[in-house]
Amino acid sequence: MTPHVVPAASPVPAPLDVLAVREQFPALHQLVHGKPLAYLDNAATTQKPQVVLDALRHYYERDNANVHRGVHTLSERATASYESARRSVQRFLNARSEREIIFTRNATESINLVARAWGDWQLKPGDEVLITAMEHHSNIVPWQMACARTGAILKVAPIDDRGDVILEEFEKLLTPRTKMLAVVHLSNALGTINPVEDMIAAARRVGATVLIDGSQSVYHMAVDVQALDPDFYVFTGHKVYGPTGIGVLYGRESLLQACPPFLGGGDMISSVTFEKSEWNELPYKFEAGTPNIADAIGLAAAIEFVRGIGFETIGAHESTLLEYATAQLSAVPGLTIIGTARRKASVVSFVMHDLHPHDIGTIVDREGVAIRTGHHCAQPVMDRFGIPATARASLAMYNTTDEIDALVVALDRVRQLLG
Amino acid sequence: MQDLNDLYQEVILDHNRRPRNYGPLPDATQSAKGHNPLCGDKLTLSLKVEGDRITGISFEGSGCAISKSSASLMTDAVKGHTVDEATELFDKFHQMVTTPIDQPVDEEAVGKLAVLAGVREFPARVKCASLAWHTLKAALTKTTEPAKTE
Ligand SMILES: Cc1ncc(COP(=O)(O)O)c(C=O)c1O
Repeated sequence: MTPHVVPAASPVPAPLDVLAVREQFPALHQLVHGKPLAYLDNAATTQKPQVVLDALRHYYERDNANVHRGVHTLSERATASYESARRSVQRFLNARSEREIIFTRNATESINLVARAWGDWQLKPGDEVLITAMEHHSNIVPWQMACARTGAILKVAPIDDRGDVILEEFEKLLTPRTKMLAVVHLSNALGTINPVEDMIAAARRVGATVLIDGSQSVYHMAVDVQALDPDFYVFTGHKVYGPTGIGVLYGRESLLQACPPFLGGGDMISSVTFEKSEWNELPYKFEAGTPNIADAIGLAAAIEFVRGIGFETIGAHESTLLEYATAQLSAVPGLTIIGTARRKASVVSFVMHDLHPHDIGTIVDREGVAIRTGHHCAQPVMDRFGIPATARASLAMYNTTDEIDALVVALDRVRQLLG
Repeated sequence: MQDLNDLYQEVILDHNRRPRNYGPLPDATQSAKGHNPLCGDKLTLSLKVEGDRITGISFEGSGCAISKSSASLMTDAVKGHTVDEATELFDKFHQMVTTPIDQPVDEEAVGKLAVLAGVREFPARVKCASLAWHTLKAALTKTTEPAKTE
């Protein structure tokens, strides 16, 4: 007898009410050069919802004090809010413990922290650090510096014409000499979503430690560090609708426990004598000095805002935008999209025949359309495609198809003017 | 849109489409590379200096309309002139692109180069216009480091 199976209700995400979402973002409602702003530069940084601005203001107006240091009421409130922000981040990444969440300035500092503290501790001459050809400079340079200090060797997994990592080459480069695999989850220049689950599993087989750069992923998709199981996962607050100046390093607790500290100073010690200092417990061991309290609290407000809407809803809206933008831009004469990976987020990099991205950027700005032009801090990606730069429209939850239309009209204007 | 038309004047578009003195210079006596990391513009400038005179000049590379036309206009402007005259023109050009927008530029001092005065309304583009000139200065002083616009 076959058991009666009740099919699981396939969760249809609630559609995003984009106008209601836009209402939450004051900066979106302005004219630029007399035209309504179409902000399509979200991979560089996202705008901030009112709840983030309110959280920052509330903190400075009511709770401002140093943390972990005072017995007075304001210090207790500031400490409670700061530690509550850490728990928000912990839930956001589904980390096991808040001891695994370290606040930094940005993703760049998080990667440098690992390259210094873990790298100087673990890398030996002849060891290898493996990255991919689509990394942001912030996941290249710290490893070059670590290799220069330790005698380790930097290896780079190539990408194909679509902007996907060539997995056969990647697997070949992954050997028992590989001590660190450092990979971007979602490429800022190409929109590629890397198969990090498989890459992490492959790294495990050779015993490599893994760092994932989640700077671009955390505002497009849900991230579960227990399911993914990297050793380190980093992101930057300002791309997930939070303030600038706050970043996150997630680290596996046992590894952080064993790893020597990065910066020395106040807060990161439990006792100091001139002969010797004892390191503080996690996560404080890696947070020397007065932290960025206000922006950690602002980041938590941003994260709760995103969680309130939900990644199913955000993802469905952004897929629609990506599909629409890809179709509309492909139809623009002379335009070529750079980055056509199998799995892609709402980032559309493009070049136009005979027109330099820098000129495109200037002209569309006069039409109120904000896009990024240049090498996107990924010069090796530009070299791979044999171009000096691209123009890039990167779409977030508050963007609309009208704004994509505005970009297409502005590109017409570029051709009228320069074509 | 007036400011865009000021920036992309017909002369500039013409130099962008048909850059003058573009290509290698086989008998160059000195050269320099310029790089604007902000937009990825790269250019190589080659000079032939005989005595104190620039008798040959050419450039190669990739860049936006502003940097390419500025390089093209510059090569025309300094060819046949002495090194001192070229240096003087560098100063005048620099003066022009850094003159505040609400003040008139000294068109007589820079001649044809005055068409680039429109970049002043686009602060992010001033470096595009000056790249060629910084590269010229580097080539004249025989600096081997790539010229930067920073
Ligand atoms: C993929 C990626 N990694 C790292 C970073 C660096 O972020 P931040 O400059 O905030 O450290 C960025 C942002 O520019 C990025 O897109």
